[in-house]
Order: sequence, then C-alpha cells, then structure tokens
Amino acid sequence: MNETAFLVPTSYYVILSAVLFALGMVGVLVRRNAILVFMSVELMLNSANLAFVAFARAFQDLGGQVFVFFVMTVAAAEVAVGLALIVAIFRTKRSIDIDELREMEG
Amino acid sequence: MIGTLIFAILALIAIASAVGMLTSTNAVRAALFLVVNFMCVALFYLGLNAPFLAMVQVTVYAGAIMVLFLFVIMLLGAERVPLESKLRWQAPVTIVLAVLLVATAAFVLFSPRIGVDLSVPPLLSQTAGAMESYGSPQAVGEVLFTRYMLPFQMVGVLLLVAMIGAVVLTRDELEKKRGRLDKQETQK
Repeated sequence: MNETAFLVPTSYYVILSAVLFALGMVGVLVRRNAILVFMSVELMLNSANLAFVAFARAFQDLGGQVFVFFVMTVAAAEVAVGLALIVAIFRTKRSIDIDELREMEG
Repeated sequence: MIGTLIFAILALIAIASAVGMLTSTNAVRAALFLVVNFMCVALFYLGLNAPFLAMVQVTVYAGAIMVLFLFVIMLLGAERVPLESKLRWQAPVTIVLAVLLVATAAFVLFSPRIGVDLSVPPLLSQTAGAMESYGSPQAVGEVLFTRYMLPFQMVGVLLLVAMIGAVVLTRDELEKKRGRLDKQETQK
C-alpha cells in the first residue's frame, strides 16, 4: 500500500473544522452554565487550530503549526484565569448560571 | 481511500462527542465527551504531519486543561447542569444561525476567488528536499527557537501573568477570612 492512500484532501478538514466551530457556537449560545460555555469556547478554539494545521500542510508552511502551539498556550492561560473567575463568582453568588449574573449590566 | 475511511470514522466520533457535550446534563460527562473530541483532533494532527502538536494536544488539552475543568466542576459540586433555559426561542434561532455559518464558511472557502488549493497536497517525498522533514518535532523546534523566538518568550511571560492572576483571584477570599478570624481572636 503506497503513501497516497492515507492522504485526505484539505477541504475535508476545513469542512469538519467549520462544523465543529458551529457546534461550539451553539454551545455558547444555548447553554446557560458558565463551565459548559467555557468548554464550548475550547471546542471553537480547537476547530480553529484544526483549520490552521490543515492549511499549514496545504501551503507546506510550518508557521501554521507554530501558531497553533501559541494558541494552545494562550488557551491554557485563559482557562486558568477563567476558571479562577468562575470559582470566585461561585463563592459570592452560589451559582454559575450566566442568566443570573446581572451586576455588570449597564 | 483508506485515509478517507479513517477520516470519516474519526470525524463522526468527533462530531458525535461534540453533540454529546452540548446535550449532556451532567458537567463531568460533558468534560469527558470533550476529552474524546480532543483525542480525535490529536489523531487528525497526526494525519496532517504534525506529531509534535498531536502530543501537545494530548498532554496540554486533554490532560492539563481538562483536569483543571474536572477539578473545578467537582470542587464547586456543580455536576447538575439542566438543559432548560428562560429564553426558549434561543435554541432554534441558534441552530439556524449555526447552519448559516457552516454554509457561509463552505461558500467562502470553496469559492475559486480565494485562491487556495484545497485538494490533496503533493506527497512529501516528491517536494523539495528541504521540506522532507516537514512537521517533524525537530523542524517545528527549529522554527520556534529562531524565527518565533520573541513570541515564544512573550508566551512564557503570559503564562506567568496568568498563574499570578489565578492565584490572586482565588486567594483574596482566604485572606479576608483570616483577617476576620484574627479580629474575632482579638475581640475574645
């Protein structure tokens, strides 16, 4: 079996990435629990990363892979701070339902 | 052909686990569905000549980040996450918008004006010799430590700031409690 049999067109990856991104968007808009909204954001970040790696292969450019590495580190930082915020909110409000967090309303 | 078959199976698992995460009423189960999704994405990275990113995906995303999520879910005792919402009209509107988003993305990406070749890329062995090691951890490391040295250092600073931020955000309460206890001690 030769190597070509394992290669998949870039378009398949791009479409899958778009579908996963849309699913993440549905999660952010429909779910009301802050942790689940956060997880959906992670799903969207991952789908963007997948598109990055797919295009990096299409252009034979390693810049795309390096950028995904940076996105992952920033996502890790974001999760650490975001979850600390959720814990702080839960301590004061006893709830992480984002419909009940109305103090910041203008 | 066999590559397409493997891709189809993995894509089905990825989409099914994403849907499972969205519809789950238990936060722990949702987090585990997300781990399955991340593992599928890691396998896609392997198929896309990015073994280094695949391993980072498994250790950082499926490992560290999801452990943090599970830790917070269990710490708060917020496993129950009901599906119902006060805004009933939101779910159908969101699904329509999501379908529109996918359709628009597909339309833009596949329009000939964007000028990207989305077919199967040329075989690595057939391209120029310099790219033969494309995607190997060594090649990624070389680019990371030469061309992207400054961003790499800045990411280190960013992680430090995030770490301090997380410590400060969760420590504040503790300090106040300790202060209150000290006052009670002195009142006694």
